[in-house]
Amino acid sequence: MTFQVFLQHLTNGMSLGSLYALIAIGYTMVYGILRLINFAHGDIFMIATYVAFYAVVLLGMQLWWIAFPIAIIFTYLFGRLVEKAAYRPLRNSPRISVLISAIGVSFLIENLAIVVFGGRPKAFPIPPMFNKVFNISGVSIVSINFFIPVITVALLIGLVYFINKTKTGMAMRAVSKDYEASRLMAIDVDKIISLTFGIGSVLAAVGGIMWGLKFPKLEPLMGLMPGLKCFIAAVVGGIGDIRGAVLGGFILGLGEIMLVALLPELTGYRDAFAFVLLIVILLIKPTGLMGQKLSEKV
Amino acid sequence: MLHINNLNVHYGGIHALRGINIDIPENKIITLIGANGAGKSTTLRSIMGITKPSQGSIQYHGEELTKYKTKDIVEKGIVLVPEGRRVFSNLTVEENLLLGAYCRSDKEGIKKDMEWVYELFPRLKERLWQKAGTMSGGEQQMLAVGRGLMTKPKLLMMDEPSLGLAPLLVKEIFNIVREIHRQGMTILLIEQNAKASLEVADYGYVLETGTIVLEGPGQELLKNDEVKNAYLGEAK
Repeated sequence: MTFQVFLQHLTNGMSLGSLYALIAIGYTMVYGILRLINFAHGDIFMIATYVAFYAVVLLGMQLWWIAFPIAIIFTYLFGRLVEKAAYRPLRNSPRISVLISAIGVSFLIENLAIVVFGGRPKAFPIPPMFNKVFNISGVSIVSINFFIPVITVALLIGLVYFINKTKTGMAMRAVSKDYEASRLMAIDVDKIISLTFGIGSVLAAVGGIMWGLKFPKLEPLMGLMPGLKCFIAAVVGGIGDIRGAVLGGFILGLGEIMLVALLPELTGYRDAFAFVLLIVILLIKPTGLMGQKLSEKV
Repeated sequence: MLHINNLNVHYGGIHALRGINIDIPENKIITLIGANGAGKSTTLRSIMGITKPSQGSIQYHGEELTKYKTKDIVEKGIVLVPEGRRVFSNLTVEENLLLGAYCRSDKEGIKKDMEWVYELFPRLKERLWQKAGTMSGGEQQMLAVGRGLMTKPKLLMMDEPSLGLAPLLVKEIFNIVREIHRQGMTILLIEQNAKASLEVADYGYVLETGTIVLEGPGQELLKNDEVKNAYLGEAK
């Protein structure tokens, strides 16, 4: 493999890794605050792409810069609605009940999507600025593969700033540690949890739209595989840790692309890579790469 | 300031508080002593609105508290320093204190109160950037009290502040309680360490299985034979 070809795969892997990272953060943030695997997260991602699709269809291609933010705002509200309807009523129930509720929501959204959007795949409209091809010394880059990592990094910087430097971010970290002590500090715990779902959904929405621009095929079950893989990315990185989710996302994205690039005969096993990685990590370091050792202090 | 009237609390089938009456006048230190499971923490949790009473009233400046959420009660000026400290171990000392001021927006006042907390607990100032979870039990207790004071309370309630601390630190904590009281704070103190708390208290209540069996000025309770026998470990 020439160096050019390697760079080609690298840019491809970086952009796929960015998408995984964005979606994985949603899993890890919700887990951090609720100790819940939000199985509906992949479906929220799917809803975002469909809403973006319909918004572009309605407003016209040249107004994509209005259509995409509409989809993001819709997904933000949708994520908060899911939390309010499916998880908040179970706040004092055993964790298994909430988990079952999450699986139920996931099935509901998927099947509702089949009814509402139709089961036949749709083609995502791509505004011209996202599929220009640049040629830089023998490496050809589609502009979307440049935009994805840049937008991802910008969002990550914003997120880290929000969580570490703002009052609400501080409250979020406090709530993830201790609900009752947070309430005693006059923090509205329900509001903070709802906001966490909102933020996770926004990241999934941005990821979903960029996913549509990169792989322009929409179908109601499109959230399933990315959802599972990003959950794996979050676990590989150490669930509950945002840096871990980002790391896991990039390992998964780069790994997948490089596997196909270096060993073309394994192309058919592309999706299996994530699951093999999961098994290996769970055997070697069950708390994930960034995960701390679990010690219960009494 | 705060009147508890015929307070009853049930946990499922357990009758945890059986109609207690407590009166907390302004600028006094009131203490509630009793064994494990007597209902001390339940009393505090009811005042904070965490536990909903089945009967009775809690009046704060003439206003019924039981209908409010915890958040609103904190904003009214009542704060609980919870049992077992419950500091946010993943946050720095400074962030813990700032979270105490979560319900406030008076930047100047927050800054002034931070200085005040540092004055009371110079050791916290040395550890500003340290994660709260890495500190010793005594330091965490100081942080928990400091965090409580940052809410700018009028009534400070402490649940077993001396629990699990070395005798020297217990003394230090009680000195701080005295100092905060001297500056005009009303305090409700809950303790198993009956001697130390009765010594600082203006008035004390003895709680046994959900009922108040004795009450009186702190010094008087210290001399009471029953109290001596049951809580101070002195034979008759």
